[in-house]
Amino acid sequence: MEETPVEEGDTNKDVEIAPALIAVHPAEKSVAVAVGSDLRVFDLVGNCPVSLIDESGGSYHKDSIRTICYGSNGQLFVSAGDDKTVKIWSTESWRCIYNVGSEKRVSAAAISPNGMHVCFADKFGVIWVVDLDGGVDGNQPLVNKKAVSLLSHYCSIITSLEFSLDGRFLVSADRDFKIRVTTFPTKPVNEAHEIQSFCLGHTDFVSCIAFISKLECPHGFLISGSGDSTVRLWDILSGSLLATCEVGDKVELLESKEREGCHSAVTSICTITDGALVAVAIQSLHGIILLNCDLSNHTLSVVKVVSTSEETFIPTSLSSSFSTRYLWMVTGVSGLHNLGHASLARVKVISGFNKDNPNFTENELSILEDDAIPGGEKLLEKLQGGVTFDEKVFLAAAEAVKTAMSNLLTKKQYSTEKRDFRKRTRNDRKLKQG
Amino acid sequence: MLDHDANSTISKSTGLPRKRFYRARAHSNPLSDSHFPIPICPSEVDYSLHYPQLFPSNDQLHRSKKIEFADIGCGFGGLLISLSTLFPETLMIGMELRDKVTEYVKERILALRVANPGQYQNVSVVRTNSMKYIPNYFEKAQLSKMFFLFPDPHFKEKNHRRRVISPHLLDEYAYTLRVGGIIYTITDVEELGEWMKSCLENHPLFEALTAEELEVDPAVKLLSSATEEGQKVARNEGQTFQAVYRRISAAP
Repeated sequence: MEETPVEEGDTNKDVEIAPALIAVHPAEKSVAVAVGSDLRVFDLVGNCPVSLIDESGGSYHKDSIRTICYGSNGQLFVSAGDDKTVKIWSTESWRCIYNVGSEKRVSAAAISPNGMHVCFADKFGVIWVVDLDGGVDGNQPLVNKKAVSLLSHYCSIITSLEFSLDGRFLVSADRDFKIRVTTFPTKPVNEAHEIQSFCLGHTDFVSCIAFISKLECPHGFLISGSGDSTVRLWDILSGSLLATCEVGDKVELLESKEREGCHSAVTSICTITDGALVAVAIQSLHGIILLNCDLSNHTLSVVKVVSTSEETFIPTSLSSSFSTRYLWMVTGVSGLHNLGHASLARVKVISGFNKDNPNFTENELSILEDDAIPGGEKLLEKLQGGVTFDEKVFLAAAEAVKTAMSNLLTKKQYSTEKRDFRKRTRNDRKLKQG
Repeated sequence: MLDHDANSTISKSTGLPRKRFYRARAHSNPLSDSHFPIPICPSEVDYSLHYPQLFPSNDQLHRSKKIEFADIGCGFGGLLISLSTLFPETLMIGMELRDKVTEYVKERILALRVANPGQYQNVSVVRTNSMKYIPNYFEKAQLSKMFFLFPDPHFKEKNHRRRVISPHLLDEYAYTLRVGGIIYTITDVEELGEWMKSCLENHPLFEALTAEELEVDPAVKLLSSATEEGQKVARNEGQTFQAVYRRISAAP
């Protein structure tokens, strides 16, 4: 154990680095960005920045936010993270209406499609549920709520949490390569015991999951991204793997420089136009990969790599609304103290998606200039905290996010000598020898 | 009897491995990161390695049968060895986290196969953390029996989450057990016995076997007699506490 504290010390510092997150209201009424402990919201309808109202005591979140999301009906918004607090906001008034304490740091959260429950997962693999008592009034005073434990992945970090589109299942992904599909209990919610399936096939941590809708399939199809550089398509009822798309190859083709032995983990996925298209963000790719998802033939294929002109823009999070015209991207990081920035965020938007046009071609896609983004400079001012940046800082930021992610989710491998050494210096052995 | 070669880990008289060379710590931390290989999914479990006589090749598509019994925390393998001859047609596997102990059981099975041609071909062992990786080894409803014999009691409340029977882990066991499948638990620690019983009792997917059913189940008799731990308790005239429950289907 003697030498490990050194390593762990390093790790802990890196783990504090949190990537920037983005979420768009399902009807594109507002857009939210989280960087570190800072939650920034811009009202796209009123075209103005939003001031959040949180009566729990001025400082909103006290540590890095790790997950943000809108409910699918657009009324609720959830933010949670390292400060072990889950905040549930009304998107009408942008008041924090529920404050939920967690025993451990929160790593993922989801809102049930009917808006009645919020689930969140902690870093010890336990998933909790908060019952919202049948609905939400945007102007109600702040209520402190308690969560009830629902299920657990045994001592694994939950990386992503989603409800199936019909709300029947809760799907949770973890760093032990697993995706678990659990039947979400109908009232009263005590514990979710019935596991529908496990989706197994990833060979590294699962980093993100999302649902694709299909008319004749009310619960939807699941797609997942992973540290193994693949995106996979699943049938959640049986847990069977329908398609696998190697996206890591694409990055290698694009990157002229040789990066030997470097896996490019998928960091964020986002379905567009009801799932015909899937946008994928990958470590060290400046831009996104668009996949076409054919649900009838069970195929996932690369349509196009949309790369940004700025080589430093490697998105950390993606989001789009139901009425998709835009794909919103953010890159950024918090906790990078050595670069002289407490937090960094840069927002970009890809436009040209057309849900109603079946003959849509990907050639119409373009990355909007800053002044063409909905909300324009005002929005960027709010969400980025500024409009001009030293671009180079973002490269360092991307590198830091990458290291932090791998430290958090990849198992540490020790050499045989190191392991023997640790065994030799084990306390119970030492006592015997002494 | 005198062993001529004191360094041999195999006893000359019986051909079986000698336990003294496989001493291990009594406990292992189930929470720590694992560094042994884990199959990505149940179809990746190589049956030809575990049951070479029954599965000469690792043909995943045409498996005539699948593992049906799992002994979780099989220890030195006493129960498996007894079950192997009691249910000669059933494939069974022991799961054990301590590598030295797993090694012992492996050698024991190999030696028994040599000494008794045709027997013990249906039993094997794997080193793994069953609390984390059960779904990687077994499909939904694949198992008909699961055994949890004399598990680590983890007395401190802080460590209760390390217990192998817990409300949340029972969800996973319910997933791997088929409806009608049976979970067997036994311990010599009264507190743990009560804990396991209450976990099973409160779980909506399990129901207790009746006294008559326990009476006629041949596996129940082995719980206290077949394992090394059980024999130790019997020698010390200690008490044991068992809980045997059946997997039932969910209420509609």
